[in-house]
Amino acid sequence: MSNHSPIGKPIPIDVIEESLYEIRRKIYPRSVSGLFARWRLILVFATQLLFYGLPWISWNDRQAVLFDLIQRKFYIFGLVLWPQDVIYLTLLLILSALALFLFTAIAGRLFCGYACPQTVYTEIFMWIERKVEGDRFARIRLDGEEWPWGIRKWRLKITKHFLWLLIAFWTGFTFIGYFTPIETLGAAFLHLSLGPWQTFWLCFYSFATWGNAGFMREQVCKYMCPYARFQSVMVDKDTFLVTYDKVRGEPRGSRNKSADHATLGLGDCVDCSICVQVCPTGIDIRDGLQYMCIGCGACIDACDQVMEKVDYPKGLIRYTTERAIEEKETNQSAIRHILRPRVLIYIAFITVLTSAFLISLVTRNPLRVDVMRDRGALAREVDGVRIENIYRIQIMNASENNMNVQLKASGLSDLRILNSQGELVTEIAVGPASNLLIPVKVSTTVGAHEPGNYPIHFDVIGREVSGSELITRTRDEKSSFIIPR
Amino acid sequence: MSDFFNSGWSNYITLVSLVGIVWCIWLLASQRKAKVIHTADGAVADTGHVWDGDLRELNNPLPRWWAWMFLLSCIFALVYLVLFPGLGSFPGVAGYTTDGALMSSMTEANDELKPVYAKYVKMDIEEVAADPKAREMGQRLFLNSCAQCHGSDAGGAKGFPNLTDGDWLYGGSPENIKTTLINGRNGVMPAYGHLETAQIVDLANYVRSLSGLPADDAKVARGAELFKSNCVACHGVDGKGNIALGAPNLTDKTWLYGGSEATIVETLTKGRMAMMPSQDKVLSPEKIHLLTAYVWGLSNNKTAAAK
Repeated sequence: MSNHSPIGKPIPIDVIEESLYEIRRKIYPRSVSGLFARWRLILVFATQLLFYGLPWISWNDRQAVLFDLIQRKFYIFGLVLWPQDVIYLTLLLILSALALFLFTAIAGRLFCGYACPQTVYTEIFMWIERKVEGDRFARIRLDGEEWPWGIRKWRLKITKHFLWLLIAFWTGFTFIGYFTPIETLGAAFLHLSLGPWQTFWLCFYSFATWGNAGFMREQVCKYMCPYARFQSVMVDKDTFLVTYDKVRGEPRGSRNKSADHATLGLGDCVDCSICVQVCPTGIDIRDGLQYMCIGCGACIDACDQVMEKVDYPKGLIRYTTERAIEEKETNQSAIRHILRPRVLIYIAFITVLTSAFLISLVTRNPLRVDVMRDRGALAREVDGVRIENIYRIQIMNASENNMNVQLKASGLSDLRILNSQGELVTEIAVGPASNLLIPVKVSTTVGAHEPGNYPIHFDVIGREVSGSELITRTRDEKSSFIIPR
Repeated sequence: MSDFFNSGWSNYITLVSLVGIVWCIWLLASQRKAKVIHTADGAVADTGHVWDGDLRELNNPLPRWWAWMFLLSCIFALVYLVLFPGLGSFPGVAGYTTDGALMSSMTEANDELKPVYAKYVKMDIEEVAADPKAREMGQRLFLNSCAQCHGSDAGGAKGFPNLTDGDWLYGGSPENIKTTLINGRNGVMPAYGHLETAQIVDLANYVRSLSGLPADDAKVARGAELFKSNCVACHGVDGKGNIALGAPNLTDKTWLYGGSEATIVETLTKGRMAMMPSQDKVLSPEKIHLLTAYVWGLSNNKTAAAK
């Protein structure tokens, strides 16, 4: 990969029997500030404001965003999605995947570095850790041999874990709040009257947040995350990646600030190892691109600060492409390669799917009708005058208003619709976000048609009462009518 | 328990499962260490395996916790196989069967629903039938368990009685309906194929005349005689049927299999076998109570507004 000399096989100097399993070395990332750190901070705030805030917003006297699994209804502001709307979830997942492909093709693991919950919560937890225990070296010392367990160490550790657990609990609580109304959940929690499942999931998500962001951290990205694996193989020569400019930096070495390093035969890298110290996955970016790099840009910020101090131009580590490094291009010309066929195809797909998604959401018909013919009783003759077929009609009103529904059948002469009591079906009231199942008999005159199977239509007209106005919704459902011999 | 056609299969599967798990553990243990070559240029250590001239196998060690999780999974598998069925026909010491799990979850579900039904179980059928909520529940039970034969509107089909017309083969009192639901019914119309074809036609004409359908007078007269000697035992002298036997009333224009001459001839020639399955093992007593009320209400609740 990186340090392999192209001349041939490297000269072995030592053969050691080594373990193929290793104990995880704890990583103590040094705090970092700069352009990319600020972007990450903005995204941490944006994503968490959204996540922690959404469940508390009300809409139409209910929680604005609620995924009611028991009632099988997803409320998203003015929209109520039913199980029948699963296509939207499918589209949303496809769009998310395509967006991930697009971002990865353009600039590598952007999602990992800035928006992934694992990164975001780790960032929050590390911030607490820094506030409580201090920065990198203070933490290393605290965990090291010279700090025996005493009052201070216990105090720091307990404070840190208390704060961690508080945030973890709040995260778990918020997560459950997307599935059960968060205000009743809060009340139930305060009265210690949570249901067994709510308690379980609350503990589970709290524990998962605490474990993942507090302890597992980079292990999730390195060994567990499937997105990390396939994003790693989705980069190409024109993808902007966090790259150490080897040509400019090597050979590395420390030097006096006043010394002219050209005469010393040194590159721009002063070998201060700050880039290694700030790395949240504990790698050395100077070894080149590697699968553990989550593309967070911390080393860019850190290195730029050092370059500024020693009066070298910034960008020894920077976002650039493999082609730009190879062909010694400027970033301006590398940017011209962004719109390559692959990226354009992703953009086209995303545009088409987003349009389809939005158009179908806007024109969504909240009246749904299912017609199911009875399978047992095909047809029956009533008093020798009429032929009856039996159907179950399921009428779903996915709007949040009352709906008055009229049923008509067409396709054969003199079709009448009766309910099971034998009364003519006129208008059926369907409540907001609810559904009705009515068995109906549809009949025609004996002898008016030859025996056989005829297609018929159920014309369903729903009048949605929205405030003072009536919205007419129509559905046309096909079924078949059997005339027996 | 065992579904294998001989014990060899069971032993074979047991062996494969156990050897597989043991092999996994051995693999993990045996691959703990590897010879790693360290090179002068300080590069990442590799195992000396090279493909295509430049593809080297490096040693990027797995985390220790991963190895522990792997081992724990193997141990979990062994514990599971001791507790639950999995090793061939060994039933496991926990006494778990899928059938038992189904039964216990059904009992559990019924117990959970008991409070819902509790207030109805104490009521009389007539009272339950007048309760709109109970009718809704009854309709759902009906659509699940009865509509396959009797139709979603309970209007019946050929060979399956209409439950809405007030005409009952076995009687329409709540007790009768409940008995039908719990024990089921077997309706038998014996075959009269030993009679002459002409005689059967005569009989059919007489039967049609009982409910005022057009029939040939001469045949009706002959059929009346045949009816006395063959049919009165069940259907009665006047053809009004017998609810103790489930023998249909032949004078009321309600036909279970159809009232055309050809259909009646078929009924007489071949006989009919009808079966209402017993719901005793299928539905809980509470559900049967509610269903009885629903079915009774279909023809007695003229006041009940349709849903």
